[in-house]
Order: sequence, then structure tokens, then C-alpha cells
Amino acid sequence: MWRFIGSRLLQAIPVLLVVITVTFFLVRVAPGGPFSSEKAVIPEVKAALEAQYRLDRPVLEQYIAYLGDLIRGDLGPSFKYPGRSVNELIGAGFPVTAELALYALLVALLIGVGAGVVASLRPNTAQDYIPMSAAMIGICIPSLLLGPLLILVFGIYLDWLPVSGWGDMPGDKILPAITLGAVYAAYIARLSRAGMLEVMTQDYIRTARAKGIPEWRVVVVHGLRGGLTPVVAFLGPAFAGLLSGSFVVETIFQVPGLGRFYVQAAFNRDYTMILGATVFLSSLIVVFNLLSDVLNAWMNPRLRSRAGQNT
Amino acid sequence: MSTTSISALVDAEQGSSLWRDAWLRLSRNRPALAGFAVLTLFVLVAILTPWVAPYDYAQQNLELGATPPSADHWLGTDIFGRDLLTQIMYGGRISLAVGFIATAVALLIGVSWGAIAGYMGGRIDAVMMRLVDILYALPFMIFIVLLMVVFGRNMLLLFLAIGAVEWLTMARIMRAQVQSLRQQEFVEAAVSLGLSPLAIIWRHVIPNALGPIIVYTTLTVPSVMLLEAFLSFLGLGVQPPETSWGLLISFGTETMEEYPWLLFFPGLVLAITLFALNFLGDGLRDALDVRGAKD
Amino acid sequence: MIALLLGACGSDEPRVAQGNRQGILHFGNGTEPQGLDPHVVTGIPEMHVIVTLFEGLVTKNPHTLEPEPGVAKRWNISEDGLTVTFHLNDRARWSNGDPVTAYDFVWSWQRALSPKMGNQYAYMLYPVKNAEAFATGEITDFSHVGVTAKDAQTLVVTLNAPTPYFIQLMDHQSTYPVHRQTIEKFGNAFDRFTPWTRVENIVSNGAFRLTDWKLNRRIEVTKSDTYWDRDKVALNGVVFYPTENISTEERMFRVGQLHRTESIPLDKIPVYRAMQDSPYINSPYLGTYYYLFNTSKPPLDNLNVRKALSLAIDRRRLTETVMHGSTLPAYSITPPGTLGYEPPKVFEHDVEQAQELLAQAGYPDGKGWPGLELVYNTSESHLKVAVALQQMWKDALNIDITLANEEWKVYLDTVDQMDFQMARRGWIGDYVDPNNFLDLFLCDGGNNSTGFCDPVYDDMILQQAPQATTREARYAIFQAAETRLMEQMPIVPIYTYTSNHLVQPGVRGMSSNVMDWINFKYISLDQDQRAVD
Repeated sequence: MWRFIGSRLLQAIPVLLVVITVTFFLVRVAPGGPFSSEKAVIPEVKAALEAQYRLDRPVLEQYIAYLGDLIRGDLGPSFKYPGRSVNELIGAGFPVTAELALYALLVALLIGVGAGVVASLRPNTAQDYIPMSAAMIGICIPSLLLGPLLILVFGIYLDWLPVSGWGDMPGDKILPAITLGAVYAAYIARLSRAGMLEVMTQDYIRTARAKGIPEWRVVVVHGLRGGLTPVVAFLGPAFAGLLSGSFVVETIFQVPGLGRFYVQAAFNRDYTMILGATVFLSSLIVVFNLLSDVLNAWMNPRLRSRAGQNT
Repeated sequence: MSTTSISALVDAEQGSSLWRDAWLRLSRNRPALAGFAVLTLFVLVAILTPWVAPYDYAQQNLELGATPPSADHWLGTDIFGRDLLTQIMYGGRISLAVGFIATAVALLIGVSWGAIAGYMGGRIDAVMMRLVDILYALPFMIFIVLLMVVFGRNMLLLFLAIGAVEWLTMARIMRAQVQSLRQQEFVEAAVSLGLSPLAIIWRHVIPNALGPIIVYTTLTVPSVMLLEAFLSFLGLGVQPPETSWGLLISFGTETMEEYPWLLFFPGLVLAITLFALNFLGDGLRDALDVRGAKD
Repeated sequence: MIALLLGACGSDEPRVAQGNRQGILHFGNGTEPQGLDPHVVTGIPEMHVIVTLFEGLVTKNPHTLEPEPGVAKRWNISEDGLTVTFHLNDRARWSNGDPVTAYDFVWSWQRALSPKMGNQYAYMLYPVKNAEAFATGEITDFSHVGVTAKDAQTLVVTLNAPTPYFIQLMDHQSTYPVHRQTIEKFGNAFDRFTPWTRVENIVSNGAFRLTDWKLNRRIEVTKSDTYWDRDKVALNGVVFYPTENISTEERMFRVGQLHRTESIPLDKIPVYRAMQDSPYINSPYLGTYYYLFNTSKPPLDNLNVRKALSLAIDRRRLTETVMHGSTLPAYSITPPGTLGYEPPKVFEHDVEQAQELLAQAGYPDGKGWPGLELVYNTSESHLKVAVALQQMWKDALNIDITLANEEWKVYLDTVDQMDFQMARRGWIGDYVDPNNFLDLFLCDGGNNSTGFCDPVYDDMILQQAPQATTREARYAIFQAAETRLMEQMPIVPIYTYTSNHLVQPGVRGMSSNVMDWINFKYISLDQDQRAVD
């Protein structure tokens, strides 16, 4: 097991290196610099600014200096917010995004597993079609549409819930979590339905029934464990997707998370913030994929020996 | 016997009954057929838009402003007094074009990549799939945002950027298919006949792997359309004066309380298209009895 | 999760009503401030906060915009107009109790002008003798710069030339004092980056002090008990919220979460205007919205083409329909009423004449028109104006204009490098004087971007006007200069800016003035008011 983890971690390093390098140079290629501003900047002032941020040195030198900082965990000063480091900005934004992603995942699991399991118990009947079609909504009404609709209905017409913010007013976390989680609810519903369908035809289920165990126990205790394997495997990529998907939801609901910081940083050409956020999120995704694989391997010992291969 | 006629025999063995069964199953699936019909309708309208649209795209009526649906304007007008139905039609051209073209790009790259990797095996396979793994680890939204910021308002680059993101899963699926097919007899037969690897891949492997590919392609199109909508929503995708469904939704959201039709109709059209594509994709998957094609 | 759901039911009184009781103003502030160092940051959201935390030599009366005593209790200007002496209030204190002295100002101005700071508003201090030389690094000894502290309560400023608007400049943030020991404690004094503005570190001299700052969420300032004029301050505190999305901001206002919004979505204007006791406040703002012509690129190098384009558009129709009557048509660069100055009107909306001019230029009825591209920075409202004008030009002159929107940073570079044919621009005055607008078009004006260069114009602005002895004489020179400018039509003036805000009833003292200047000392909250529905 440890060799598996170890080898995966080792594989992750070149991946991250590629990510950092590509982002570093890509960002500098972008037109428009961080110090362009509406009132013309005096050349001396611009030179002073560039010197402070190391922009006056050759690109390669900047790159190496950046890598050096990175090893020490220092993501550099923000270009846009003087006096703040990127570490700080990420530290301010990430917990919010993580919380949003977590709530969204909870919503997705609750709705998804619920719908999928219920549907799987009586396939090809109304009990199947209705929840699964409802789940389809999550896939076909994207967050950029669902969000405004929810705001319109619950925030404005009914005035039940706040229309923006995160943690400022009670209940303002509900709509963003639902909007972000809807898509994943749909996927999880499909996965759990498929998984349950496969499992419920297995022999050991029939045995359990024959032994006289009440049906609900059969489903919940015996069926779920196997039936939800595909869902568990999905959790890793789902969480990564949630992090990226938060960009749009955070914009719609004005949630002060990392996604919004990132989009702003891209527009502001805040080089260090862009790089820092990319490095941070990439590392996170690598870790999540690893965790997901480990979880999968643990539940499925057969996969461990094929650790080196791809799925 | 010539190699071509043996190929033909091999084809005949493998091919026909699979497709016929699939077609039968599909035709019994009502939602899928409905989806197909809707899709065809939308694509036709999109192609014929310049002739079919009720109004001129750019024609404004500033004094009119935004009005709800009426006899003159079936879906209402936007804040410039432009006909919404016309806007949606022209927007559909772009959204659907992005969807299909970017998917085609992804298809081309992914299928070739996966097929070669799966067939060749060994070191070549390892290297190619390692690259796929590396790319898979990247947070896509970040890269796309970055790409669009760097390369600006170039529509072509939008297609390429989106296609470049979606080909990875396609490659993985293709590779898995190829790996399983490789063991099968007809391939061994072709090999022993001395057909070149490329010919085998092209003439025998790919056609037989088509099932999951078709399914996945149908499911990629909506994914791509969504990506375009997201980018346009963030201000990074399609730029005015062109329009797309994503852009229309984004503008509609701004004024959704005063002029809800500006959000509702483009949203409805997008949702219907996504439903149609998904139903069709599901139907194809069931018909071709493909498992685990997505995720 | 349950807590989330339970929390939702039973949302009690809106934040605004709470604020009214507590004396806390909830202020929608636009984008998140980049920082709070008055010598580093330049935006309006930043300024709103800085103005509560710091105080300069003078402040401004929000109704008349006339200077009022700030740290300086009085001042006098010498006969020849070259020396200004400020007498400081000996009760002025920093938030840690230290007295505010003239030495603080000298040191602070040195910091503001120091090239290392990269202060983009350093030019506000250029009327001071040798200030520009110091800022550009020509001289490095600050003692040559014309500001000295005669003693702790007396600040003597020497100017390059008589500057009628100099006192106006003295409440700009660039001239604010900063606390030397605090800054030096947290790093190099002439460094943009130091954390001296953090909540736990900052020392300031204004009516409020900083008590909370959560990035991208809120900035809170609380009434200062060391401020010399604290008895006049009615508010107990202000909370600034970042509200980038104007639609969301309007919703927040509607549900009673904000006392005041930074702006208002265009399409909401008719709705609010129609209300009884409307919270919508619309007032002229010191700024002009215009399109720049790159006079070096064809077809814009032809004066008749430029004139045709300008005469062909119906500004009134634009402002009444697209802008819902919230702005005023503009026919020149200087906004009307700028400290009593009326700009000349050199042309009028005249489609026939426009068509004739275009024909004279060689494109009768648009034939042979090579096309023209308009560059603008991505924004809903800019797009709306551009689309409307594009159609007007098509209808009136039968010519095609293409639109090219660019992201903010890219757009800035494009304008700066004159890499455009026609570009959208807006200019907001930093101080209330026509000079602020007219010096844009000097030959070497950094913000000129049109290629317009007229030595006679330069002479009028730089030499003749400052030497005028009366305001009338000065304005007469300005008018002549502006007439010369508009006859060459290097820009298409479109509309005069207005400020548009939603303000809850019960907020008193937030009067509208042409700089959209808020003096928080004058604001109070009516305790019994509920929020508007």
C-alpha cells in the first residue's frame, strides 16, 4: 500500500512542475500588464514598481527565483493588493470555497443517493422514471441558469432566502450549495442506481432475503455497501470538479471564495495570484485523486497489484 | 485471397448484427427519439437562420426597448428593441457550432491518441497515457480561463481550447476499448495477414470501438456547450456583437426581474438542447449496450 | 445542514434597520479595495475608506465643495501667490494619541513623492516647488522641495507658480499625513508592501479608525475618540461591503442590507424613478464619457470625417433611451458647471451636415468607407452605448463600425500605445477646475492618446491661463482654448457623467455634489426609519 502511495506521490511532482512552468510562461505572454492603469503612469514610477516585483529581471531569473520561493512555501506578494501575500489571499478565499464544495457535495449525496437508490428498487417503473428525470434536471439546467432561477424564485419572489453573500445573513449558504451540487446530484443518482442495480441481483442479496431479513435492512445494510462503490470512486473527481465549478457559482452569488479571487486575478494580471492559485489547486486535485484511488484500492484489493496501470 | 476481401469478410462477421440490434433498441426508446428529433430541428434552424429569422439580427428599436412576447415578437425584445427569437437563433448557431466543432476536435485527437496507445502497448502506451494523466491533473477551469485571457477574443482558439480539454476522457475510453479488442480473434487474423498496424487500427479497431465513442461523443457535446456558456458568462467566451446562448443567459440574468423573458427563453432553449442530447446519448448507450462509457 | 436550514427561517430585522438604531452605516462600495495606504492606492472604493481613516490639511464641505478646516485650522496665501502657510490645529491627534504636527506632513509628502512608492497620484503635489523633480528622480535631496515645517504647528509651502486651485488639492489622499513611527516599525518606509495598514497595526488621524478588515467581505471603521472634531461626528461606524456586481448590489439594497449603493443597473432606473419618495439619487458628476480618435490613422486623419462622426449621433436620444435619462449629452470635454465654468458649444446634432462632410471627405453616402473599429473595455454599459451608436452611424451615414471589446488591462495598453482607431474613454476630474480636463490635450499629455497637438493651445493652458488675474479672465482663456480644441474634434464627446446611487430614507447628510464626494462627518442616521421596500 505504501509503495503505491509513494509511487503516486513521486509521479505527482513532475506533473506539478509542468503545471507551474506552463502557467508561469503563459501568464507572461498575456497582453496587458499588471501595472497598466487608467491614468498614464510615469515611466519612473512604472520602473520602480517593476523593480519591486522583480519584473525588471530576465524571465528565466524570475522563474528560478519563483521556484525557490515555492519550495519554501512562499507564493509571493500579490500584485493587485500591495501588502498582502498570495498565501494570505488563498488563506482567505479557500476555506470559503472548501465549505461551499462540502455543502454542495452533501446536497449532491443526499439527493443523488436517495434518488438513485429509490429508483433502483423498482426499475423501469414510475418510481424509477420520476427521480431519474428529476436528477436529469441537474445535468441539463447548468448552474449559470439554475442559480439565477433560484435567486428569482426563492430570493426575490418568495423572499425566503438571501440573494448573495456567504455567512453574512442566515441561510445565505443554501442556494449556492444547491446550485453547485445539482449537477453532481444527477451524476451520483445515476451511479448509485447503476451500482445498486448490479448489486441487488447478486446471490448474497438473495440469500439475505431468503434468511428472512427485512427488506429495508437488505437494501441499506447489505445492498448499499456494494452498490455505492461507484459513488465512492466518483468522490475524488467530484470534489475536484466542485472546486472548479465554484467559479461560476461564486460569481453568481458573490461568494468571497477562491474561485472569484482567481477570475479577478486573471483579469487583473495578478501574476503571482494566478500562479499561486493554480499551483495550490493543482496540488489539491492531485492529492484528491490519490486519496480517491487509495480508497478505491482499499475497497477493491484486486486493483492494488495493478497499481502502476491506469484505470 | 486479397487482403481487402479478407478485411471485408472480417468486417461482415463483426459488424452487421450489432448495428441492427442497436437500431431496433434505439427505435423503441421514445425519449431518445424525441431528443433526436428536437436536435435535428434545432440544427436545421441554426443552419437556415439567415433565411428563416423573422428579423434582422442587428436591427434595433431603441424607443421600443425590452418588451414581453407579443404578436410581432413571439419571444419579446431585448433592451435595444431587438427581436429575441432572432437573437436566440443566431446565438444557437454559435453555441451549436462550438458544441459540434469542439467535440469533433476532441474526438479526432482523443480517438487517435487512445487507439494508438492502446494498440501499440508497451513503452509507447505508457508514455502517451502518462501525458494524459498529467493533463488530467490540471484544474481545467483555471487553464481555460488563462488561455482565454492570454489569447483574447479569438473564436477559433475557443474551439481549440475547449476541444483540448475534452479529448482526455475520449482517449482513455478508446484505449480501454482497443485493449480489449486487441485480444479478439479478428484482429489476430488481420495481424497474421500482414496488415500494417495503422491499417488495422483504422479499418478494424476503430469501427468496432465505435459504440462507446458514439455514446461519449453525444454526451460530450452538451458538456462542451456548457463550457462555452460558462466562459461567456464570465466574459471570456463569445464576445459581443456576436452572441451565444450562454451570453444571452448572462445578459438575461442582469435584468431578470424586470424582463424575465430575456432569461427564461434562452435558458429554456439551452435546457431543451441539453435534455435532447442527454436522452439521445443515454438511448444510444442502452442500445449499444455500452457500460461505463462515461465517468 | 440542519443549522443552515433552521437559520434561514426567521430572518429578523433587516441590517439597515439595525444600523439605524446602532448608528452604523452599511455602505456598498464597489470593488474590494486594493489596500488602504493613501500613497499607494488610487481607486474610488479605496478612497471612500481612506477618507474616513485619514484627514488632510483641509476637508471639503459636501454641499458646496468649498474647502473647510481639516488638520489645518486656517491658512493664508502670500501676495504673489507663491507661498501658502498652513496653521495646524493643535488638538489634531493620531489614533494612538500622538499630536499631528507639520513635521508629519513634510515627511508624508516626501513619501508620497518618492519614486520608490510608485504613487500614481504624485502629480497632485506637482504645483509644489521642485516636487516634480524629486518625483522623477532629477533631484534626490528632499530639502530642495518647497515644503517645510516652520514649527510643529506651521507648515509653509512654496509653489512653482500661482495656483488658484491649490487649496482644492489639499484634501486629496495623496497629501494626507501618515504616521512615521508606525510605518517604520513595519518595514521600510518607502516600500509599497508593508503591513502597516493592517487592523492591528494601523495608526491614522481621521474621524474613524479601522476595526475590522476581512478580505472580500467587509471593512469596518469605528468612530475615533482621539479625533479633534469628534463631537461633530454623528455616526458610530461604517461597514464597507465589496459589491462588484451591480445587480446583486441592487438586490441587497432592496432587501435592506445596504444603506447606500455605489451605482444602479441602468434598467432599474425607470423603476426607481417612478417610486414615491424614491431612494434613487441622480446628480451631475465631474466627468465626461467620450470616444477618442486616433488622428494619425486613416480615415480619422481627415477632419471632415471626424466632424461627420460627431455630428451624426443623436446624443439626446441615446441618453434618454439607453441611459434612461440618467445622463446628459456632452458637446465638449469639460463638464458644464465646473466651478462656474461653461464650456463652449461648437457643434450640434445635424445629420445633413454630417452627410455633407462625409461626402467632402470622399465617402459620399458611405461609399468606399474603409471601415472603422471601436475599442472599449468589457462592460455592459459600454456595450450598450457602443451598439446604439453603431446603429446611429449606420442609419445616418451608411457606414459600418465594428466593435472590439477588450479586457480592462488589455484595453489600457491599447489606449496607451495608441493601437486603435477609435476608443472609448472616460475622464473623471480629480479636482474641481476646468484645468483638470483641458490639460488632457496638451502635446505631451500622458492621457492625450489622440495625437492632437497644438502649440497655441498649450500656450493658452500652460502660460496664459495661470497668469490670469481674475476668474473671468481665466475662464475666457479656457473657453477660447476649448473652442480651438473642439474645432479640431480629436474626440467625440458623448455624455456627461452622473452619479447614480440608491440611498435609504433615513440617511441624512449624504448630499450630492459634482465630485460625488462624501464627507462622513456630515452623515447621520434617522433612528426610527425602516428600510424602503
